[in-house]
Amino acid sequence: MASTMLSLVSAALPLQENHKGKMNLGSSDCSTFLRKEKRNPFMKTKSFGRINMAIAVNTSRFEGVTMAPPDPILGVSEAFRADNSLMKLNLGVGAYRTEELQPYVLNVVKKAENLMLERGENKEYLPIEGLAAFNKVTAELLFGAGNPVIEQQRLATVQGLSGTGSLRLAAALIERYFPGAKVLISSPTWGNHKNIFNDARVPWSEYRYYDPKTVGLDFDGMISDIKAAPEGSFVLLHGCAHNPTGIDPTPEQWEKIADVIQEKNHIPFFDVAYQGFASGSLDADASSVRLFAARGMELLVAQSYSKNLGLYAERIGAINVVCSSADAAARVKSQLKRIARPMYSNPPIHGARIVANVVGDPALFNEWKEEMELMAGRIKNVRQKLFDSLSAKDKCGKDWSFILKQIGMFSFTGLSKVQSENMTNKWHVYMTKDGRISLAGLSLAKCEYLADAIIDSFHCVS
Amino acid sequence: MIKWTHDTVRRRFMSTSAAAIDWWNHVGHAPKDPIMSVTEAFLSDTSPNKINLGVGAYRDDDGRPVVLQCVRDGEAKIAGTGFLESVSASVSSKLVEESVKLIYGKDADFIKEGRFAGVQALSGTGACRLFAEFQRRFYPQSKIYLPIPTWSNHHNIWRDAQVPGRTFHYYHPDSKGLHFAALMDDIKNAPDRSFFLLHPCAHNPTGVDPTEEQWRDISNLFKVKNHFPFFDMAYQGFASGDLDKDAKAMRIFLEDGHLIGCAQSFAKNMGLYGHRVGCLSVLCADAKQAVAIKSQLQHITRAMYSSPPVHGILLVSTILSDPHLKELWKKELKVMANRIHRMRSTLRESLKKLGSPLNWDHMTNQVGMFCFSGLSPDQVNRLMKEFHIYMTYDGRMSMAGVTTSNVSYLANAIHEVTKFG
Repeated sequence: MASTMLSLVSAALPLQENHKGKMNLGSSDCSTFLRKEKRNPFMKTKSFGRINMAIAVNTSRFEGVTMAPPDPILGVSEAFRADNSLMKLNLGVGAYRTEELQPYVLNVVKKAENLMLERGENKEYLPIEGLAAFNKVTAELLFGAGNPVIEQQRLATVQGLSGTGSLRLAAALIERYFPGAKVLISSPTWGNHKNIFNDARVPWSEYRYYDPKTVGLDFDGMISDIKAAPEGSFVLLHGCAHNPTGIDPTPEQWEKIADVIQEKNHIPFFDVAYQGFASGSLDADASSVRLFAARGMELLVAQSYSKNLGLYAERIGAINVVCSSADAAARVKSQLKRIARPMYSNPPIHGARIVANVVGDPALFNEWKEEMELMAGRIKNVRQKLFDSLSAKDKCGKDWSFILKQIGMFSFTGLSKVQSENMTNKWHVYMTKDGRISLAGLSLAKCEYLADAIIDSFHCVS
Repeated sequence: MIKWTHDTVRRRFMSTSAAAIDWWNHVGHAPKDPIMSVTEAFLSDTSPNKINLGVGAYRDDDGRPVVLQCVRDGEAKIAGTGFLESVSASVSSKLVEESVKLIYGKDADFIKEGRFAGVQALSGTGACRLFAEFQRRFYPQSKIYLPIPTWSNHHNIWRDAQVPGRTFHYYHPDSKGLHFAALMDDIKNAPDRSFFLLHPCAHNPTGVDPTEEQWRDISNLFKVKNHFPFFDMAYQGFASGDLDKDAKAMRIFLEDGHLIGCAQSFAKNMGLYGHRVGCLSVLCADAKQAVAIKSQLQHITRAMYSSPPVHGILLVSTILSDPHLKELWKKELKVMANRIHRMRSTLRESLKKLGSPLNWDHMTNQVGMFCFSGLSPDQVNRLMKEFHIYMTYDGRMSMAGVTTSNVSYLANAIHEVTKFG
């Protein structure tokens, strides 16, 4: 038996090469993968026999795998952690911090978790579409209880893993049912949007959004690009508190955007990650979505509770699809489930229960609204202080008022990549290279320091 | 499914007025998931005698879902823990470290040497899907070989990851055991360096596992063919009641030098079904490669869900790293496994007593949560309609749903639908 095995081994066993040409998988580029596969990994093994066997099984077939590029946003936090400077400031990830720059667990969340602990609920699987109580309250929070889309059952809501997971479900739905359809994304947009659509194999293109000259919205460019796109494209819109710019269309501009989308038979696709964080009011921040729904349009909306309920780590969100009929909604929901099942089977319970408890309980819900106003309020204060500091310190008379006009957690400073690098290298201020700072990570105490850093980077570095 | 092109969309909607365009007309109803739909049907049944033998979720002898004491204790321990933004690196690595020790043995060399890439995953499904996506990226021409039968979702997972599926013989319907000769043939006939999915213990849905001897033969043949063994470990502890024993197959492959991949789930053995906690590990040639592979896996997850939910991860890493809690867990695991063994024996005995003409040896030969009963779809249907007993149409019964109080009723029902052969 042993001798037969050996001869089989020496005849058939391939020896893995030590690959010189490593694969670069920075972008999900299929051609690079294919190039590797065509190489013949087999070498003559006649004289080696036994030794080959030992070498071969210890050599991994993933030999050529190279490091993936660091995530531009999460990579910032990693770099920040590694910095020993006392002056360091993390304005990278959009995660809310208190004035003491500590993470913040909302009181309503603590209360909800205590309730859940006391009740000692079981840990059975959720249905594929998620916790029913959660799906109900999340839809009502977004559209308003009693909204026709809910009353008429024209809404398919499926719990997803926060914003990312919900976007991915929608992307998979688009890929399956609208093959070839493009998603139009704003320039710039959240970095992970492109990854999500790339991995879901949904083509995308950009529409103009940020105008560096005004540090505001390039509205004409936006309308023009949406008009120019092929009919039936999906238009990805940030419901409020645009990430990374903080620049939102005005209500009048939203109407015009809706006009052109209807005109071109596009499908609006909202990413609502900051409901409550823009203005402090949950309802006001949902007005863009409600505007579109009120026009009878079919639309998609991804929601996240990472920021507004501080549930970053629990991964709780939802994908909503407004359809023109209850039947269509039922069918769409069934297909979303079909996409979710081979991804993760069913979504995680903990975050869903927290949201259901908070939003579903009038007392807790009101308390949440107050905490929301406090968080949004702190950011508004910080914006004001930063603006004041910049205006006072800047001798060149640059107009910094865009900081006050921008809304939500982020400010697009207008700093270039090189200038942003200066912020980090010289001032230990960590931010993303696109010039975005997260005001949620800024305290009133640090505004002056930050103002110095910005002024220095802006005027002295080019 | 209609293949829609932009032209089609344009033509279709050109004449429609702006309001209430029906974009989703061409979206049909998805077929119901065969396992989940059993639960749905069960839930809507109002009969007091109804029994759910569908989904593999453990029930106690009163037919109730169980939250393990070690989990309750773990939860009390982590309550009010400092807040975590997204799973912090230390919590993640703690979970991964403890998870891989469970399957590979705590003294495994490559754990000490960091020669593995491990990431948390969304339970077993998520771990399999992550691997499938990784497999497609780095071996875009490869296929996945799945046993006949296997958990139905395995086919969906690799299909959605765009890795074509192939099958290999596994279950022998006549013997209701392993079709070993055919299995070995299929392994031999597959092209070299194929990717195979193996259930290391408590095969789902059949409950039929290879013997240790057979595992050694399989491992040897894998070496000859240079196949990639990917294990889906969803029931560690549920087969024999012993965690190490249930990992025997994997340890054999390790000894033989295979660089394996493994999806682990804590859904069943820790009762954390809804928390979606699992782990994907891929053994590597060296630590440097491990870092590279891990980065690629994280890249995939970033575009799927960014990071996994923290609550379950905290629970598992707390339980596994606290010696007292871990011991408690092992005891509770044994209790669950033993109850299932008892129910298997009791049901088999009851059928014998009723004078069943059929051989029910497989009921106690098969291991884990499931019994592949051999019942036909018609018989399954009768059980459902006449007796309000629910299981999947392949005849898979989740023994976890059998209790002291329902076993007689169940035996009678099975006897009724099978007594004429």
